[in-house]
Amino acid sequence: MTVVRQLRAPAAVTEPPDDHVPAIEVHDLRMRYGSNDVLKGVSFTARRGEVLALLGPNGAGKTTTIEILEGFRIRSAGDVRVLGVDPGHGDERWRARLGVVLQSWRDHGKWRVRELLAHLGLYYASYSTPEIHRPWDVDDLIDAVGLTPHAGRRVGQLSGGQRRRLDVAIGIVGRPELLFLDEPTAGFDPEARREFHDLVHRLSDIDDTTILLTTHDLDEAEKLADRILILAGGTIIADGSPDQLSRGVAADAEVRWSREGARFVHSTSDATAFVRQLFAQYGEAIADLEVRRASLEDTYMAFVREYESGRGVAALRAFEEVTR
Amino acid sequence: MSAIPAARSFGQPAMRAARAGLTRGRIELRHTFTNAQDLWNYTFPAILLLVVLFFMRGATVPGTSFSLSSRTMPSALGMSIAFGGLVTMAMALTIDREDGTLLRAKAIPNGMVGYLVGKITLVSGMGLIGLILQLVPGLLVLDGLAVRGVSHWLTLTWVVLLGLVATMPIGAVFGSLIANPRNMGLVMLPLVGLIATSGIFYPITNFPVWLQWIAQVFPIYWLGLGMRSALLPDDLAAVEIGESWRHLETVGVLGVWAILGLVLAPIVLRRMARRESGSRVAERREKALQRIT
Repeated sequence: MTVVRQLRAPAAVTEPPDDHVPAIEVHDLRMRYGSNDVLKGVSFTARRGEVLALLGPNGAGKTTTIEILEGFRIRSAGDVRVLGVDPGHGDERWRARLGVVLQSWRDHGKWRVRELLAHLGLYYASYSTPEIHRPWDVDDLIDAVGLTPHAGRRVGQLSGGQRRRLDVAIGIVGRPELLFLDEPTAGFDPEARREFHDLVHRLSDIDDTTILLTTHDLDEAEKLADRILILAGGTIIADGSPDQLSRGVAADAEVRWSREGARFVHSTSDATAFVRQLFAQYGEAIADLEVRRASLEDTYMAFVREYESGRGVAALRAFEEVTR
Repeated sequence: MSAIPAARSFGQPAMRAARAGLTRGRIELRHTFTNAQDLWNYTFPAILLLVVLFFMRGATVPGTSFSLSSRTMPSALGMSIAFGGLVTMAMALTIDREDGTLLRAKAIPNGMVGYLVGKITLVSGMGLIGLILQLVPGLLVLDGLAVRGVSHWLTLTWVVLLGLVATMPIGAVFGSLIANPRNMGLVMLPLVGLIATSGIFYPITNFPVWLQWIAQVFPIYWLGLGMRSALLPDDLAAVEIGESWRHLETVGVLGVWAILGLVLAPIVLRRMARRESGSRVAERREKALQRIT
């Protein structure tokens, strides 16, 4: 008896020092439905406090990946650790450290905004730690997502954008260390989108929340993410910062200028050399010079197209060389 | 020394979640008073029952001079407990699954504990409110209907409670198995057939014997009998099967249903909850929207 207690006591006191454990570790993750392989060996890591965007065409396996990490789906094979825990066997304490932003529909329509957030916060109070005070104060939270004027309204009467902000509030009410956002801004107007981006920045900068988001909006991915993963055909075909990615593919930059009242546009892979030559040739006659680097959208399309034309492996190798 | 904090760290969050569930049930019960749909669901059965009883007013229980409507009233109360436990619970679960309420509960620590406690609180509360809305006018209007003393109050209490415990878990099982709220007919149709054979609106002793046996397998007959025993004069037991209120058998049959439900429900609920995910809810939403348009 005494021996057991002595063995147990230190184990209970020394919590896993998981500040040093990456927030997400995925190694050779595979998912198969029947004979259909949706994920064919996905591997990536997310450091603490990092914002990761998962991009990819429809059906590439983004949602499946996120659902496996959330612990809502059991993987076929591979090694997965979320906050140091296998999501297939995560307990409630582990669950309390995660935030999941779900797409709402009609649920809790009769509840009032403040009432619902206060209620859902109750479940996190048991998991408050000296470092992280759980749950988030309701009024502060409502203010953070910009719903203060609507705190007393019924959830069913909110507009689409307001409702989505409530979804985000529900996802973060427990002050998660890791937040999953599956297409968070679908159906947002530009203003709501901007406010949402500010909120994500705040979460990652001030609260050091690790965030994994999926989106179809490449502008958004570029603004929010420290690192971008492109998932296609069940594997990660690119992994890097938006800048690294754009240097990884041979996407042309666009040079615009005017000379003697006429306007010109030229696409080139080496904009610097082209502009140098332009000035050498015409000197002061050049005006309104504008150089547009390939956007993330161009980069993304180049990656996906290259992958789809069967050169995925070659593109990946070329990219790895660049980032090295 | 260390065993105590360990036990606390395991039990406390679940206990807190259970308390949160009680709050949840109370809040949702309050919501039922604030919209026309729920208020209608409360008052409609009471109105319907009073209309039925009005048309029965001249009739008497066969072989007696006792008013048939006074006999039907408590039987119908027993039926409404069974109906509330089974149908309200099953409906609530299928709807909550379709609209994502259940998935939200799953995404929260101990959320399923809170959700279930909340749902049990809500469904019991709605059942009791419905019961009172039917019982009070009945006691005022009908002759021979009364709670005669403490022992009958006790009978009323245990019949209602045991009835809820016997039917709610079974309702939860149906709710977990039926994927689509529109398929609730699968539960409703057999239930209506069962009500017709359970001696609710007419004494069961006038039915063929084989039908009486079928009815006695299910909780509705016993809930009707139990409520009659609590609200009718004791000499009316003479027109029941075995000329007795058969309390022991009532407890036995309802108890078996309760145990069956309490064993099955956690297994089926866990299986159902495990399969919930965002993409499943999205799938159901797609289907539901296709139905609407």
